[in-house]
Amino acid sequence: MRLAILTDIHANREAFSAVLDDLAERGIDRIVLLGDLVGYGPDPEWCTDRAMTLVASGALAVKGNHDHAIGDPTESMGSTARRAIEWTRPRLSEAQKAFLAALPLTATADDLLFVHASADSPADWVYVTSDLAALGSFGATKARVIFCGHVHVPMLVSCDLRGTVRAQEIKPGLALPLIRSRRWLAVVGSVGQPRDGTPAAGYAILDTATNELTFRRTPYDSGTTVAKLRAAGLPEPLATRLMTGV
Amino acid sequence: MRRPQEGTEIDGFTLGACLHKGGFATIWQVTHPLHRTPMVMKVPTILDGDDGPTIVGFEVEQMIMPRLTGPHVPRVMGVGDFADMPYIVTEQIPGGSLLDLFRTAPRPLSEVVEAAARMAQALHDLHKQHVIHLDLKPANVLQRATGEMVLIDFGLSRHDDLPDLLAEEFTIPMGTWPYIAPEQFLRRRDDLRSDIFALGAMVYELATGRQPFGAPEKLRGVRRRLWRDPVPPRALDPAIPEWLQEIILRALEVDPARRFQTAAQMLFDLQRPAQVTLTDRAHKARADGAATVFRRWRKMRRITGFGPPPGMQTQIARAPILLVAVDLSPDMEPLSRYLLGSVKRMLVIEPEARVACVNVIRTARIGIDVTTDDAGNSLHVARLVALKHWAASLELPEGLLTYAILEGPDPGQAIIDYATHTHVDHILMGARGHSQTRRYLGSVSSQVVAEAPCSVSVIRLPARPPEPVGRPVA
Repeated sequence: MRLAILTDIHANREAFSAVLDDLAERGIDRIVLLGDLVGYGPDPEWCTDRAMTLVASGALAVKGNHDHAIGDPTESMGSTARRAIEWTRPRLSEAQKAFLAALPLTATADDLLFVHASADSPADWVYVTSDLAALGSFGATKARVIFCGHVHVPMLVSCDLRGTVRAQEIKPGLALPLIRSRRWLAVVGSVGQPRDGTPAAGYAILDTATNELTFRRTPYDSGTTVAKLRAAGLPEPLATRLMTGV
Repeated sequence: MRRPQEGTEIDGFTLGACLHKGGFATIWQVTHPLHRTPMVMKVPTILDGDDGPTIVGFEVEQMIMPRLTGPHVPRVMGVGDFADMPYIVTEQIPGGSLLDLFRTAPRPLSEVVEAAARMAQALHDLHKQHVIHLDLKPANVLQRATGEMVLIDFGLSRHDDLPDLLAEEFTIPMGTWPYIAPEQFLRRRDDLRSDIFALGAMVYELATGRQPFGAPEKLRGVRRRLWRDPVPPRALDPAIPEWLQEIILRALEVDPARRFQTAAQMLFDLQRPAQVTLTDRAHKARADGAATVFRRWRKMRRITGFGPPPGMQTQIARAPILLVAVDLSPDMEPLSRYLLGSVKRMLVIEPEARVACVNVIRTARIGIDVTTDDAGNSLHVARLVALKHWAASLELPEGLLTYAILEGPDPGQAIIDYATHTHVDHILMGARGHSQTRRYLGSVSSQVVAEAPCSVSVIRLPARPPEPVGRPVA
């Protein structure tokens, strides 16, 4: 079984469709969306619809803080994020809002756990930004592999038999064996708004047969997204960010 | 976690006799109803759940071994989970390790060279798969009945594409003291030239019966190799040829940058003793005196490392073996000059390349082999002289330029065979112009392009512009 794990799409239609096109050629059996379908980007309607279609045909999806903020205006956010959410909210149909509101905080499949942020308190949207920050997640679940997003910077952490956590080097495009003597936490990079210095859309593929995880990058036409963002009057830093990936 | 014993059944494998009990692992004969090949199972000896280094070493082996292919590594048949009982099942390579051979060292020259070349070949094959072994020693080398050396025990190895679980685990250098390279002692785990050093130490031992740096037991003793040079092999046995001493001492250079840069380059020299460029290493008669060693000690005692290696894949790629096939016939002079220019330009971007200049003497398919008589000998010499003259202006440093005159009825095949045998990375050759005959009979260059085991660049003289049809306008 080959799983594609996508997160933080952030209403970026060009990035989302580039990744889906890429997946179509890679023999993927199931797609998992780790949340933040909307927010920041100019195409929340299209991205939500696409996610609804995918879920209807078997994809797993969990809720991100931006998805949550659509239905909960009290959700605390930075000013740029807030402006983008307020721009997004009136554009979504009731069905789309209902879909986002109904997304679960976590999902599981066999020995895998999917969650948007830190697994120990999913609704608090804690960032997993270091190996030590992953300790909470490892403690909160027995799952062998935990997938999360939220950070927009990919990271892989192992937890060995003695409970020692260590960040492991990621080599994009190369399959890494998730050896079974350890448990693993993968922070998957963002599809629609990467922040690790590379503008290309990030996602990951897990092959459960070979037990190998591959972090991938797919370039997309960010120029179009940037033009739409500006035309929509969304905050300019969001546009710059898409072009530089920081 | 289960402990292995005779009769244990796991994932379809049934354990037979215990073949070996080591400090870190036990080796068992195993059978499986679906596999006919004789197999062995390696099970780590984990004293309790907290035996970090053993576990990590085994995790590394479990990650690396299933990714390896080819005759120079054992084929993996199964890998077992730590949750039940960790193991790796591989095909069984009959016969013991090279330890038995090394116990009878010194060995005759031909045996030393043959074993060295086969080990270099196995090592290069491993390096090409992005793995640095980092624990090469006689006990970790087996030999197939067909002759290929098989490298085993990847518990300290480093795969260039995978996280280095060991780097995080250990605070002291890891390796086997008689063979460990200086930079590996200084905690570098990403330099494939560390394996070249270990190989050099093994060849030294096989040729002389002594280990070049003894068998130190303390870290201080291991560190000495940073300044204390080994006794030159010829000082122990004057019958060892200078060229072999040159190869051994080059592999044992303290600074990785002064060693062979790839195992293929070492293999190249082992296969062509007559062409090894002899330097001071070859002529060295005794170990350096106290004053020299003291100077080196002052320089080295505080050293923490050498320059970082250029990265595994680039290391192999940037020290390539270039084969240049030169046609020396008079009517091909413009082409061979043009080819020389191409080689020079290539050396600008690949300064560490080793260039093998090759010329082929075409022999008759049937009949007397022309090159066996006197005339043939002089032809051979004449070609060699001409080839050296052609290449003289390349001005390559020490040992980076070699010459070979090949013979055969089929020049293309001779070039392909040579390239295959010597692990050539890139062939440069000229192509004669276009002609109808060549189109139907096939050209040497197109045959080489089609069948060579590596990249081929074909150099062709720029076509002259067609003769003007009309008279030039005055």
